[in-house]
Amino acid sequence: MAYALHIVVCARIVPDPLQTLEPITTPTGPGIKNEMVLPAVLDPWAASALYEAANLAAKNPGSKLWLVSLGPKAKLQQVMMTIAQKVAFELVPIDGPIGGFPDAHATAAALASAIEIIPGLDRSKLLLFGGWESASRGAGVTLQLVGERLGVTDQFQGVDRIELRDDGSFEVLERVEGGKHQVSVCAGTPAVLGWATGNLGEPRNNPQIGMANMRTIMPALQKAKTIALATDGLRYVSVTLPKQQRTTRIEKNMTPDEVAAELVAWIGAE
Amino acid sequence: MESILVLTHADDSGTILTKASLEGVTAGKELATRLGATLTIGIVAKHLNDAAAQLASAESKLLAVQGEPYLQARFATDAAACEALWRAAQATIVLAPHSTRFARVMAAVAHRVGGAIDTHVTAIGGTENVEAARWFYRQRIETALTRTTRPWFLLLDAGTHTPFTGEAANANVDEIAIAVELPALRTEVTGVRAPQQCQQTIRPDAKMLFVAGAGWTKKQPDGQVHVEEAGKLIQEFLAASGASLGSSKSLVDQGGEGNSVLPFLTHLNQVGQTGSTPRHAKGLATCCHGEEPNVVGWRFIGERRAVSLDPNCGWTRGKADVVYVADAFKVMAKVNELLIAD
Repeated sequence: MAYALHIVVCARIVPDPLQTLEPITTPTGPGIKNEMVLPAVLDPWAASALYEAANLAAKNPGSKLWLVSLGPKAKLQQVMMTIAQKVAFELVPIDGPIGGFPDAHATAAALASAIEIIPGLDRSKLLLFGGWESASRGAGVTLQLVGERLGVTDQFQGVDRIELRDDGSFEVLERVEGGKHQVSVCAGTPAVLGWATGNLGEPRNNPQIGMANMRTIMPALQKAKTIALATDGLRYVSVTLPKQQRTTRIEKNMTPDEVAAELVAWIGAE
Repeated sequence: MESILVLTHADDSGTILTKASLEGVTAGKELATRLGATLTIGIVAKHLNDAAAQLASAESKLLAVQGEPYLQARFATDAAACEALWRAAQATIVLAPHSTRFARVMAAVAHRVGGAIDTHVTAIGGTENVEAARWFYRQRIETALTRTTRPWFLLLDAGTHTPFTGEAANANVDEIAIAVELPALRTEVTGVRAPQQCQQTIRPDAKMLFVAGAGWTKKQPDGQVHVEEAGKLIQEFLAASGASLGSSKSLVDQGGEGNSVLPFLTHLNQVGQTGSTPRHAKGLATCCHGEEPNVVGWRFIGERRAVSLDPNCGWTRGKADVVYVADAFKVMAKVNELLIAD
């Protein structure tokens, strides 16, 4: 038996992981040099959440999928041009600051406020998805705080799989220490799931999905509410690139046997 | 004046505190001494006796939540327990291990008590203020930050402090136990599952991390790929050395692209941007040519060596201590031979 789900995915945009990052000081606090012009992508773990959400929605007729994202409108539009081609969703954009340095508490408050007023969202059917950590702040707290603000008392982090059952309950696999998964069974929605990589690959671009999505994405972006995030008592004392540069010994003329002998001695040394 | 609460939890047995929790106790004692602050330790466990005995010589006030519901690492019960412990202690600074169990709940607890939280903290410093060191952008940018909000929750990364070891002694469990009002429970933890394909290959407590790169599955000098041989060499090495297995993203991703892959690798082995950043005393990278294994994934590896056929790999220079320009197949075969004979 299929259950109509209302899935809300929270996803931030982050600099493309291949870009070199340099911290700078801005009038509003630390930032990344040229961050507004660096190529951006949807956060990798949040993207996993979006693809899993789309898969789940497709398997459960009547389900709805919203993507809530906070970032500068221009950057959101740029990233959505790509993401919109992959899966069908309704965008809930929030025009706000980019980057990992703004406070997670303020970010969570803004996201929760936006989710609370999504037209047609039935919170009894809610599955709140996102990445278990982001590639920018990497704290793993924003989604949890959003869930708490929405009053969701069943939360899972580091999720790699969800399996819905006929009675509306679902089984969740969460990553735990030692490369293992903790298996839990939840009675049903609402719940928060912070995704790790999941099991789905990146969907291929589908121009038809893209055209359908863009019909709603562009008006949503035009109407996006602009917000500023409070620092909430947070102050950065220092923001620096790691300085440790090692002196690398490069051995080009050792035979495999010599290399092996040296490695074994090194492995055995305390 | 600051007051400090260290939150700890028991391991899977429900009775003994985890190593990461004991690291938190050390951090709490150090911070309390430096600030002249009071120290309270909170315990979440199924049975308190052994856990409390572990902390008997910690020279701190103990509080605890115990019972069958706390054997399971579950959001509703753990959040309620931690909230109750904070309300009993009313501390301004809360330290806890960044375990999957506490990472799942602590932000919610901080919100419930009107506090703020920072996670993945690697050091606590500062002279006039308490400052927490943590990394941003997946270990690419290092920061020190402070907050005026109290209570301030800090989740400490494992491996950043020495675990507390004190003389065990009996503690009066009735005196330290506090009552918790649990919400209706809708989630049941039914077990723990190890992925079939990487059993015994991920070992967070191992002294060494072995990183396998995509080069293992590329064509070798004879023009052929030798995936089976690569898999055998790697597994033999893991068995002989007790190393933990990490992998570059490119190698894990190859499975999704229909290429020959090492069958025992999953995303759980991945280090780097979208993988883990493990802490080990030593690291050996083989056939890796990218930034992720050599920079991001290796951030917290002590001594680093690499075996690569590329003498000009820019990512290893300045990052590894030693780079051997050699055929990893030949080197690892000999390494295994020597380790097994030893």
